[in-house]
Amino acid sequence: MSEKVEAKKWGMVVDLDLCTGCQACVTACAMENNIPYTGEDETAYGRGLHWIRIQRYWKGEYPEVSPTHQPVMCQQCGHAPCEPVCPVYASVHSEEEQINVQVYNRCVGTRYCANNCPYISRTFNWFDYPHPVPESYSLNPDVTVRRRGVMEKCTFCVQRIRHAVDTAQAEGREIEDGEVMTACQQACPTGAIIFGDLSKKESAVSQAARSQRSFRLLEELGTEPKVVYLKGGGNYGG
Amino acid sequence: MAAETKTLSATHSASQEGEDLRQEHLMHDPKPREEMNGMVMEAMQTTSKKYWIALAIFGLGVLILLFGFWGNQIITGMGVTGKRRPVFWALYITTFVFWIGISHAGTFVSAILRVFKAEFRRPFTRAAELMTTFGLAAGALFPLIHLGRVWTFYWMIPYPNARWLWPNFRSPLVWDFLAITTYLLSSTIYLYLPLIPDLAMARDRSTGWRHSIYKLLALNWRGTEAEWHRLRKAINIFAFAIIPVMFSVHTIVSWDFAVSQTVGWHSTIFGPYFIIGAILSGVSAVVMILFIIQSTMKNMKYFIRLEVFDSLGKLVLIFSMAWAYFFFNEYLLHWYGGYQAVRDLLTFHAQGPTAWVWYTMLICNVAIPWLTLWNRKIRRTPLAMFIITTLVNVGMFAERYTIIPLTLGEQRFPFDWGAYSPRLTDISIVIGTFCLFIFLYLLASRLIPLIPVWEVQEGQMAHSTRKLGKGKVTSVAELE
Repeated sequence: MSEKVEAKKWGMVVDLDLCTGCQACVTACAMENNIPYTGEDETAYGRGLHWIRIQRYWKGEYPEVSPTHQPVMCQQCGHAPCEPVCPVYASVHSEEEQINVQVYNRCVGTRYCANNCPYISRTFNWFDYPHPVPESYSLNPDVTVRRRGVMEKCTFCVQRIRHAVDTAQAEGREIEDGEVMTACQQACPTGAIIFGDLSKKESAVSQAARSQRSFRLLEELGTEPKVVYLKGGGNYGG
Repeated sequence: MAAETKTLSATHSASQEGEDLRQEHLMHDPKPREEMNGMVMEAMQTTSKKYWIALAIFGLGVLILLFGFWGNQIITGMGVTGKRRPVFWALYITTFVFWIGISHAGTFVSAILRVFKAEFRRPFTRAAELMTTFGLAAGALFPLIHLGRVWTFYWMIPYPNARWLWPNFRSPLVWDFLAITTYLLSSTIYLYLPLIPDLAMARDRSTGWRHSIYKLLALNWRGTEAEWHRLRKAINIFAFAIIPVMFSVHTIVSWDFAVSQTVGWHSTIFGPYFIIGAILSGVSAVVMILFIIQSTMKNMKYFIRLEVFDSLGKLVLIFSMAWAYFFFNEYLLHWYGGYQAVRDLLTFHAQGPTAWVWYTMLICNVAIPWLTLWNRKIRRTPLAMFIITTLVNVGMFAERYTIIPLTLGEQRFPFDWGAYSPRLTDISIVIGTFCLFIFLYLLASRLIPLIPVWEVQEGQMAHSTRKLGKGKVTSVAELE
């Protein structure tokens, strides 16, 4: 039990030139993480509980417009603004995975973390959202179902990370690159999302992150995000 | 003959002058001790039918608007309010800052005028201090009301617990909690200390249940020289100590916003800016309360005179100017900084669909006081002062509303922009806390002497007029 676990630096690369804005990642994320559907009206009002969302912007002047799509989820900052402001340590940094974790049971619902997040990537449980039969059959047993009054956000599918790390450990081997796939990555039809360990130079995600097209969101704030975006010229299909 | 007329008219004008002085200053219009005590007791014990109706209405308001809607919010979820992504804080925190601001200024006005020995303070220090206590009572509810899971609020309190976890002392919300507790305790003691001799006065002049309450609260005060000596010393220490406490506490409230990275909040000037805003709204609230006390309670026209409105009017004017200075500073530096998101935000405040809030703020906080309060006649018309100070408070509410929901609605990425609109629950609970404040104040006005009688009497003893050459000057003896 006491053996020292090597810290990983999980990270993600999103290739914006490949993203078609199809929203498959949004759906997959909701399925994987037991995210409730809040309904059309509530979502339109700004209460959709999406851990990942496609930010769509329009380029050009009408009628010569083309959309750009940008999937944005929690950036798992290395220097996260959400962490110091939480009065009860519900938003904390995980040493082992080097991600921000949200402890639902500890959250009292001050919503300060959400205010301080420059990416507005956190969502709040405004109500108790029901999971009626048969929807409840599809709940993921590895993920907590949250109740009203707590904050939640993208976890980089930490349950999958844990599963893969535990399996590798049980089999007495190193975890392989690409062994952990996040739900959004798995669902992406164009393979725009790459996930892996940024601390290993040869991993796919590290190689992609070193691309000349890479940038990070709001890097100037010093949040050290672990999601890297790639953007070159055009868009997939447009 | 001519010489005689001259002396006569001179005596006449001298007596007229004395009469004017008496009319003008409470301190020059002494009444026998017993009569004055009787006046205060009478004001406290007189309750009209109107009073009970008002008490019932505001009490119902507290029950239904505050506790009813709050209960529903706890059971149903925070979603019954109008909050949404990205406006996670809205009307509740706006009203929280508003109440904390008002409450800070109550004690501040009392303490600073006491420290600088401003004599016009004597009749109204208690009214201002009571405002602090009840303002805090109303304001301190909001950190609870706005919690998503209020039943776990005690997790923010530092105490050894089963989880082996202290609260996060890096979080401004914990600072806030500690600061407000400190202020509540110190301002309550500061309210209570000068109250002791008056409670003893009331104890000696009442019977029945009142007598037992006052007897308990007066702590066996007998009025010996040693007691007075200690009391003066304690009040003096508290008056000095509470001023820096007020400054630091309200700065901490501003840090809730200033230490975050949110566009428009991340500003080093927020500390003093919030303090000035708090004093502006607080002094205005004191004027509002004094007007209501003076026009509804018995015998209060004797104690609260035009000089009080006059002097407080000047204070409001000065703080309005100071507020404008800080506002300008904050705006200019933000704009000059050139960060695109901040510039967009400032443009949005001034030109967006909610620009009316921004203009309300500027008109009520700057234009109205500046255009009216320079005028002595207006300052000496209590009703006009009531209207002006009410408008100033409307303006200050608009300021906080601009800072919180309107600023949060404008994020760095245009995709995240979102407009908040309050819903029935937000508005009801906010009105409910106003009801709570008024309800508590109404109760207190009939339970504790609203006028610090001993301070007024002390002031009147200290004041005299002296002939200096041809004119008369006021001289104040140092009694304390």
